[in-house]
Amino acid sequence: MVNAASRPDEPVEVRVADGDPRPKAVLEGPDIRRALTRIAHEILERTKGGHDVLLLGIQTRGVTLAERLAGALREVEGRPVPWGSLDVTMYRDDLRLRPARALGRTEVPPEGVDDRVVVLVDDVLFSGRTVRAALDALNDLGRPRAVQLAVLVDRGHRELPIRADYVGKNLPTSMRENVKVLLAENDGRDAVLLGPTGGAK
Amino acid sequence: MSYLIKGARVLGGEAADILVRDEGIAAVGAGLDAGGAEVVEAGGLIALPGLVDLHTHLREPGREDAETVGSGTRSAAMGGFTAVHAMANTDPVADTAGVVEQVWRLGREAGYCDVQPVGAVTRGIAGEQLAELGAMADSAARVRVFSDDGHCVSDAVIMRRALEYVKAFDGVVAQHAQEPRLTEGAQMNEGEMSAALGLRGWPAVAEEAIIARDVLLAQHVGSRLHVCHVSTAGSVEIIRWAKSKGCPVTAEVTPHHLLLTDDRCGGYDPIFKVNPPLRTGDDVAALRHALADGTIDCVATDHAPHPVEAKETEWAEAAMGMIGLETALPVVQEAMVETGLLDWAGVADRMSYKPARIGRLSGQGRPLEAGSPANITLYDPSARRAVDPSAMTSKSRNTPFAGLELPGRVVATFLRGRPTVLEGKLQ
Amino acid sequence: MNRHLISAADLSRDDALLVLDTAEELAQIADRSIKKLPTLRGRTVVNLFFEDSTRTRISFEAAAKRLSADVINFSAKGSSVSKGESLKDTALTLEAMGADGVVIRHGASGAPHRLAGWVRGSVVNAGDGTHEHPTQALLDAFTMRRRLGDLEGRKVTIVGDVLHSRVARSNVLLLHTLGADVTLVAPPTLVPVAVGTWPCSVSYDLDAVLPKSDVVMMLRVQQERMNAAYFPSVREYSRRYGLDGDRMAQLPEHAIVMHPGPMNRGVEIAAEVADSVRSTIVEQVANGVSARMAVLYLLLGGSEPAIGKGVSE
Repeated sequence: MVNAASRPDEPVEVRVADGDPRPKAVLEGPDIRRALTRIAHEILERTKGGHDVLLLGIQTRGVTLAERLAGALREVEGRPVPWGSLDVTMYRDDLRLRPARALGRTEVPPEGVDDRVVVLVDDVLFSGRTVRAALDALNDLGRPRAVQLAVLVDRGHRELPIRADYVGKNLPTSMRENVKVLLAENDGRDAVLLGPTGGAK
Repeated sequence: MSYLIKGARVLGGEAADILVRDEGIAAVGAGLDAGGAEVVEAGGLIALPGLVDLHTHLREPGREDAETVGSGTRSAAMGGFTAVHAMANTDPVADTAGVVEQVWRLGREAGYCDVQPVGAVTRGIAGEQLAELGAMADSAARVRVFSDDGHCVSDAVIMRRALEYVKAFDGVVAQHAQEPRLTEGAQMNEGEMSAALGLRGWPAVAEEAIIARDVLLAQHVGSRLHVCHVSTAGSVEIIRWAKSKGCPVTAEVTPHHLLLTDDRCGGYDPIFKVNPPLRTGDDVAALRHALADGTIDCVATDHAPHPVEAKETEWAEAAMGMIGLETALPVVQEAMVETGLLDWAGVADRMSYKPARIGRLSGQGRPLEAGSPANITLYDPSARRAVDPSAMTSKSRNTPFAGLELPGRVVATFLRGRPTVLEGKLQ
Repeated sequence: MNRHLISAADLSRDDALLVLDTAEELAQIADRSIKKLPTLRGRTVVNLFFEDSTRTRISFEAAAKRLSADVINFSAKGSSVSKGESLKDTALTLEAMGADGVVIRHGASGAPHRLAGWVRGSVVNAGDGTHEHPTQALLDAFTMRRRLGDLEGRKVTIVGDVLHSRVARSNVLLLHTLGADVTLVAPPTLVPVAVGTWPCSVSYDLDAVLPKSDVVMMLRVQQERMNAAYFPSVREYSRRYGLDGDRMAQLPEHAIVMHPGPMNRGVEIAAEVADSVRSTIVEQVANGVSARMAVLYLLLGGSEPAIGKGVSE
């Protein structure tokens, strides 16, 4: 995977002093909206018009983002783009580190994933383990022609050889920090928060 | 050998000394002179007449892996007993003079407490033909109590004949009251717990129906009837009614039926599987009051040892029964004395005098006074300890009281002037 | 302390809903070309069947295999168990094999409870004696929910040999937990005397109950009851407590007919009822795999079980 499309933003100035428990908003609603619109354009550009594209949001906020992206694509292109949801719980590599948890919904549009360009959508790209699980989950659903990855925030610290194709914002962080994406549909408002570990969640 | 028991509270009353000389009690009173007798300090201890158990399974012959006459009588001595009635359901069954004499002899050889064999009512406790009751009565074992315990003498005609026949030698039929058809495959008390656990029920009525029939039969033929291990409030009512009509019926209750309820079966641990089964709280309350008011005459342990593998299994597969000799007196203290239902004189009556009289044991269950055989139990009612199965003297470990904190401790047991237990240890 | 699923009462309302929701997600797997998830890779599930029950064993086996667990089938016939090995020794053998989960079917009530005290893995009761069959109740509730939606306030009528039925016991407990109103219908000989303590009502009159039922669950009449004076004859039982076409017509239009199987056609259920559109009998089988996958995932999928109850004694 080559990350050709993103125009990395300037490193964010807003830093959180160690010990400050209050998370700071690094992106607000309009920033998120602009980022998604930009990603929509990049998708159309890279997939040459977005035919065969299928958006699959990773539970939970990735699904909301996929739905919004689908809306943005429809606005630009004037025709609906299929989107769905993917729950990767059963494929996670950290399942046995915590008690078994409730499953989210996996809903693939009736067109299926075979021979389509599947764009996985998630809120934050961090270690890459969730995306690894999503690739495995996708593998059991069928055989896409290509798989791409769109994320709202890339905070670095990858533990696997995974890169995003579309990034809303690159956000260099320390391991002691926590990035939290809030979306109106899930959380009542749009924001990306950066705070010390344990503070933002 | 002589002993001076100093400062014991006789039947829980005033402190007194008891002078034991040879096999008997020489004197009871304050400030007795030791005069060369070995002194046993008994300050704070209660002196009771040696306990008598009407219902003990010693398992020998046949199941020596569970208990022997030797281990069972040692266990009895540790529990303060000086006489036990050995139940007849051994292998071979104690249904002939030969077998009862063998058990009686084994008891004499062991020497820890008197072993009075119980004879089977019917051959092989099969319920069909009378065993040779007269031959057992005339044997060296002088059998007076007859029981098919473990099985009910369910045939009304056989029961009637047995009741009549034992009159000739002042015997008594001890009935295991269990209507067999109503209890086929029964696993536990029939009620809320059995319904929830999916275990086949043993209804109270199966006991009560047999007791009702038997008291009417006993009244009709004028014979002594003894009811084993009464377990239900309804049985108590029937026995109370029968006694009010002058029926010569006596009855026993086990320590476990005085303390435990069928809630204990909730974990499917067969340590709580017993026949008759543990009943409800209402039954326990009725049994306690019946023992207090004399409707139930005595406590009998139904000490039923089983090897570990007979209990470490599925409930339905497991053997019925629990050991009880070493916990009987503490359980009675907990259920009857601490609740104010019985004083220590009452305990002496229900655990020594009455069972000895029902079993026609002339040398047991005698008052603690000069001239009586020196069968004495010294008991410390202030001790408290958790029941530890591994500390039992019995060969088996199947006590339902494991881990339960119970009051009291047997400090010494004297059998005809000789200590079988001293300072809580077997002699 | 490890947790197990031995009784339907081991599940809180939240637990039960979690199982049903999870089963709903897992049901999708059945429609995919790859009917497998990697979730229980490396986990060992032992199917310990002391009673013949091919359908339940296969259902659990399919559930475990779809979650990628290693499945060891241990059936009593022809094994050391039939040669008199005790349950405890069998349990020690399972321990030595490192079983993470043990699915046990046993003729003795309480056997799973005993087993749970002897093994480290989680125990799932697949039917014990006349006690319980909690996964059957879960698949039944799952089936009802798929057909009727939320079970709160739904009227469920369970008909037949309640006294000896583990299915009835587990269903009464689970349906009560989920807020349904259960009515048991049986001849008085086939209900426990203490049924009054159960969270349900009891009727002896099927015809009076049917018009108010959203669900009718027919229980199998066991062969061995037929000659044990529980009822005068199979014909009389069938006439009074069997579900035929005429009786089915008394049901509300939306009502469904369930049966845990195997059926005695013509005894407790007429063929025309069993094969009607109201009947969920075939669905129940498919739903069984989903419900059991959910149970196995929630017990074995994480660092510790997310549902169930410990065994204290």
